[in-house]
Amino acid sequence: MSTSTTLEEPKTGTWDGGNEPLKASYGKLMMWFFLLSDAFTFGALLIVYGLSRHAHLPYTGKPEDFSFSTEYWPIPEKVYNAFPGLHGMDLPLAFVALMTMILILSSVTMVLAVEAGHRMDKNDVQKWLLWTILFGTTFLGCQAWEWAHFITGTDEGMILADGSRVFGANLTVNQYGPPLFADLFFFITGFHGTHVLSGVVLLVMIFINTVNGVYHKRGHYEMVEKVGLYWHFVDLVWVFVFTFFYLI
Amino acid sequence: MATHHDHDLPAGEIPKPQTKAIWKTFFILVGLTAVEFAFAFAMEAGTARNAIFIILTIFKAFYIVAEFMHLKHETKGLIWAVLLPMALVAWLMVALISEGSYYFESITNYFK
Repeated sequence: MSTSTTLEEPKTGTWDGGNEPLKASYGKLMMWFFLLSDAFTFGALLIVYGLSRHAHLPYTGKPEDFSFSTEYWPIPEKVYNAFPGLHGMDLPLAFVALMTMILILSSVTMVLAVEAGHRMDKNDVQKWLLWTILFGTTFLGCQAWEWAHFITGTDEGMILADGSRVFGANLTVNQYGPPLFADLFFFITGFHGTHVLSGVVLLVMIFINTVNGVYHKRGHYEMVEKVGLYWHFVDLVWVFVFTFFYLI
Repeated sequence: MATHHDHDLPAGEIPKPQTKAIWKTFFILVGLTAVEFAFAFAMEAGTARNAIFIILTIFKAFYIVAEFMHLKHETKGLIWAVLLPMALVAWLMVALISEGSYYFESITNYFK
């Protein structure tokens, strides 16, 4: 009797189980979806920036005649025009350009570390991870300077209607424009900087593991790939922050 | 630093690095950033310049995600799972920025 029953054929479709439909490991997939959720957070911050900016008066005069006022949103290149060691010079966006280059370079050294990991070349992984850590910490140092300058302010500051002056910025008042301008500067670049800091910590951790031969014994350098994904995401966010915060 | 004579390493040959595509992507990214700077100084601020900035930014994002993050070489399912939600975020951005303009116009007209 039992010999005549037709057994159900096992399903073998892409989503029927028993295989990897996305052909990526669990760890990498979870990193992708974490980054997606993180992108929502950064997206929300940049959306709030766009909304706040459009809810304020734009500056309509000539760029040469621009002066800081709480009445309108400032022109970014008039705010970010300082460079370490070159006091009092008007160098619009020069320092941000340097920071962008440093972060793009760190992304390249990160890919090179991942590539070396595919070849199981321990020495190359170490070398490129060290370069990435170096560029990452340099970027953090640059951001610390940028913040210090933004908080301290310029020599002239902003003259208020009653003749008093405001220097630099805090969360309630700033010399550059409406209070929200400085608030969003602190939140957006600060949130990005926190991500860079976490990235550097992760990089130091996988560097130590690489030196100790943990991944070599494991037989693959997938952890370097996963941290690499995170690191490129931080670079990607900076590309957007750079455009929406500093250029537009 | 690490000792250069690890005894637990397999004695196999390490292949030569293949880094041509990586450096190519790097120079594309640097080039696009340089173009953005050229526009920032050579062109008057306005909607046209902002549109150029956003288009160049999307190009840069494409190269970072597709090449550096390797998404171009993943399965179609993963590519859509990442890109589709981001398209909705872009929609939200456009919607809320026009909402900001509306809010600004209504409060300025209200207090006139």
